[in-house]
Amino acid sequence: MNDTTTAGAAEGTRHLTHLQRLESESIHILREVVAETEKPVMLYSVGKDSAVMLHLAKKAFYPSPPPFPLMHVDTTWKFQDMYRLRDRAAAEAGMELIVHQNPEAKARGINPFDHGGLHTDMWKTEGLKQALNEHGFDAAFGGARRDEEKSRAKERVFSFRSATHRWDPKSQRPELWRLYNARKAKGESIRVFPLSNWTELDIWQYILAENIEIVPLYLAAPRPTVVRDGLVLMVDDDRFPLKEGEEPVERSIRFRTLGCYPLTGAVESTASTLSEVIQEMLLTTTSERQGRAIDHDQAASMEKKKQEGYF
Amino acid sequence: MATQSSSYQVDGLIAEDIDAYLALHQNKSLLRFITCGSVDDGKSTLIGRLLYDSKMIFEDQLASLEADSKRVGTQGQEIDFALLVDGLAAEREQGITIDVAYRFFATEKRKFIVADTPGHEQYTRNMVTGASTADCAVILIDGRKGVLTQTRRHSYLAHLIGIRHIILAVNKMDLVDYDESRFDEIVADYREFATSIGIKEFTAIPLSGLAGDNIASKSEETPWYDGPTLIEHLETIELDSDRDQAKPFRMPVQWVNRPNLDFRGFAGVIASGTLRPGDPVRVLPSGRTSTVARIVTMDGDRDVAVAEESVTVTLADEIDCSRGDVIAAADAPPQTADQFQATIVWMDADEMLPGRAYWMKMGTRTVSATVQEPKHAVDMNSLAELSVKTLGLNDIGVCEVYTDRDIAFEPYEENHDLGGFILIDKMTNATVAAGMLDFALRRSQNVHWQAVDVTREAHASIKNQKPCVLWFTGLSGSGKSTIANLVEKKLHVMGRHTFLLDGDNIRHGLNRDLGFTDADRIENIRRIGDVAKLMADAGLIVLTAFISPFRAERDMVRAILPEGEFMEVFINTPLEVAEGRDTKGLYAKARQGKLKNFTGIDSPYEPPENPDIEVDTTKMSAEDAAEAIVQRVLGR
Repeated sequence: MNDTTTAGAAEGTRHLTHLQRLESESIHILREVVAETEKPVMLYSVGKDSAVMLHLAKKAFYPSPPPFPLMHVDTTWKFQDMYRLRDRAAAEAGMELIVHQNPEAKARGINPFDHGGLHTDMWKTEGLKQALNEHGFDAAFGGARRDEEKSRAKERVFSFRSATHRWDPKSQRPELWRLYNARKAKGESIRVFPLSNWTELDIWQYILAENIEIVPLYLAAPRPTVVRDGLVLMVDDDRFPLKEGEEPVERSIRFRTLGCYPLTGAVESTASTLSEVIQEMLLTTTSERQGRAIDHDQAASMEKKKQEGYF
Repeated sequence: MATQSSSYQVDGLIAEDIDAYLALHQNKSLLRFITCGSVDDGKSTLIGRLLYDSKMIFEDQLASLEADSKRVGTQGQEIDFALLVDGLAAEREQGITIDVAYRFFATEKRKFIVADTPGHEQYTRNMVTGASTADCAVILIDGRKGVLTQTRRHSYLAHLIGIRHIILAVNKMDLVDYDESRFDEIVADYREFATSIGIKEFTAIPLSGLAGDNIASKSEETPWYDGPTLIEHLETIELDSDRDQAKPFRMPVQWVNRPNLDFRGFAGVIASGTLRPGDPVRVLPSGRTSTVARIVTMDGDRDVAVAEESVTVTLADEIDCSRGDVIAAADAPPQTADQFQATIVWMDADEMLPGRAYWMKMGTRTVSATVQEPKHAVDMNSLAELSVKTLGLNDIGVCEVYTDRDIAFEPYEENHDLGGFILIDKMTNATVAAGMLDFALRRSQNVHWQAVDVTREAHASIKNQKPCVLWFTGLSGSGKSTIANLVEKKLHVMGRHTFLLDGDNIRHGLNRDLGFTDADRIENIRRIGDVAKLMADAGLIVLTAFISPFRAERDMVRAILPEGEFMEVFINTPLEVAEGRDTKGLYAKARQGKLKNFTGIDSPYEPPENPDIEVDTTKMSAEDAAEAIVQRVLGR
């Protein structure tokens, strides 16, 4: 081994790129959770971050399929393209797909047009808690990144939730080196963020380098739209209630982030390839989350939602 | 003031040839660093400036930043960069950073992850956390204030956690008129301190986070400074991961990948070294060897993998290897040991309990460990050594750590993965401490366990007996040797394989270098215990006849043997009776003061609390006692 090492040094050090380092770190986190928890699940939102996370899971456990199911906490209001990719991606990875829709939200017909904040609260926040409780998952992977938002910059990779799924920013465990403490009491669970140290640009570069399939909505194409409160919304299906005199207009648009279609603003763009998207991203001057209606209200809103159990 | 200094990114290339730009950026390296300074050193402003200059701030964030700056900022109508990085609501109100926050920015050459660590006194734990993954520490000094207690504390911690690159960022140079002599004075002050704690080198840079001097571009205000700008320097620092590639190969096994009977892969992050198929490797602590068959990835097999990479490795032979083991270069494996000296940073509100068992997680192995009373703690203000009984929140101390089994390790300064650990409270599951192994306590642990194919069970079964250690203890002259000798004769006659280790004989040979001080008596018993264990491993019934006056050492021998194989035989003879016999004339000598540290006279004897067998020689003959003991041994 000494000989080999010497030979290696003589050939020169192999410099790992930032993407290789990020990939390795994420894979380590994924494996650590599988090794140390009883029943992990990967929350899969079908967005680009989810796509990268799923890809990393495939790599981490190859040649085995990832030893946990995918779970989509569905609001029934996602883009149709997302549903199509979701089902195919799970099948290709050889993973079980669990789709959870909050039955109460369903019964009450909660929707983003009539119910505002209640829509997110019931379908997403409550729906997620229900799904985790119902299946008894003790660890859930999420695709959140620290660069997304200020309060996330301080969240741990392993984020502990009480039995009632609350996050207490004061009592998180210190994370040193590569050592994650996954021990917990019965009823407690962990949210784990393998992409914590990735930035939006890293995600795009990785998708490009690894040729990862993403929802076509990320690339610009002519799509039917209306403009409301400054957001360009896509009329994705016939549930979209048009106001009087409102007529869908075809615009060349793409999305920087994907959620419920009535809540997700598009950007007008002609970037129809990945590198054009990255180009626009680098030249653009608005941050990713601006397209989402949910955290505009107040600066600390995300932090509040997190304390209540929103992912 | 807040001039828009040059951007790190080549906007022109993005617009003209995005593919060329992406190709360029695909090969950036990654550097992690921490920033530390006291609350008012302008740390948040500096980080805000780095993000701002690297265009990691978008227009909408900038708009809210400008609004916030006017509302709650401290810079009047100017942009308050600090507001960009102060995150949690409670902190915002207090105006201080109270946790570790991670920020990201990139230049042409590197992506950077910044751990923003607090300057507040009670948050040692956060700084240690942030520093544990950093290649470099940026230590901020307010040019007006110079080297403060806080500066010393942060430098000490950065050095303690093994950061090799220290940048002394002398900030707020604009407020001292960019005065060269002021800068030189601070650097000299710092050098004196740094040398005293073992920091060999550091790079000092005069800058202003607020005005942008010497951050991305050379400042015209400091013509006397010919060193690198902060960014230039950060871009060229050697990465720890590159350096680790030249060290011997080590990989803690994280997960065993077993999709079917034909594939058994060992997954983990390479902690150090370079790995190629065909390399001979050794699995620790078992010591078994094999060679690397494949390095498996989803994109095909690899012909080489290096430190920091997550890999899946298959071996040529079917050998035992599971999570927690370490796969290492066969000819340069790490040591294994179960007793260490470690430096411990206590991170929990409940103080450390010496002797209490905690979970210790190191690499991918979790074992039970006890921490002994600190040898000393470090006063974080004076950096002097303090004598203490325990460690409380944010205390740092040097302690002995005993694990319940052998673990493969390396001193922390050589390998952070194999020497850095956390302690977890078994009740609350909280991470209560971080620790760094300094060295194994016993030099003998430099020896690696050689895996053997003939097991102790095999040794015992060929002799058709159950091995055990009959540990006779009692005062000098109590009758230990006499009874033990009788027991051995009886067993021998019955065809049992036995061996008697006798006090005087051993002291003539194996332990002739030892005297009769407490320390030597403990070592005497430790050696005998180990020899007895080896003989029991060989399948023998071992009899030992030593005074062995201390309970702790007898318990230590009990602990190294399998459950039920240590039988403590207490030869209970009162001191007056033993002294009356005085077969060797030793009591007389001791009474005359010619023999020091004699058990029962001027050195204590601690009788067993629950002996397996007790013989009262005032009521029972040696012959009867021996017969009773033989029956107990055979009746097991």
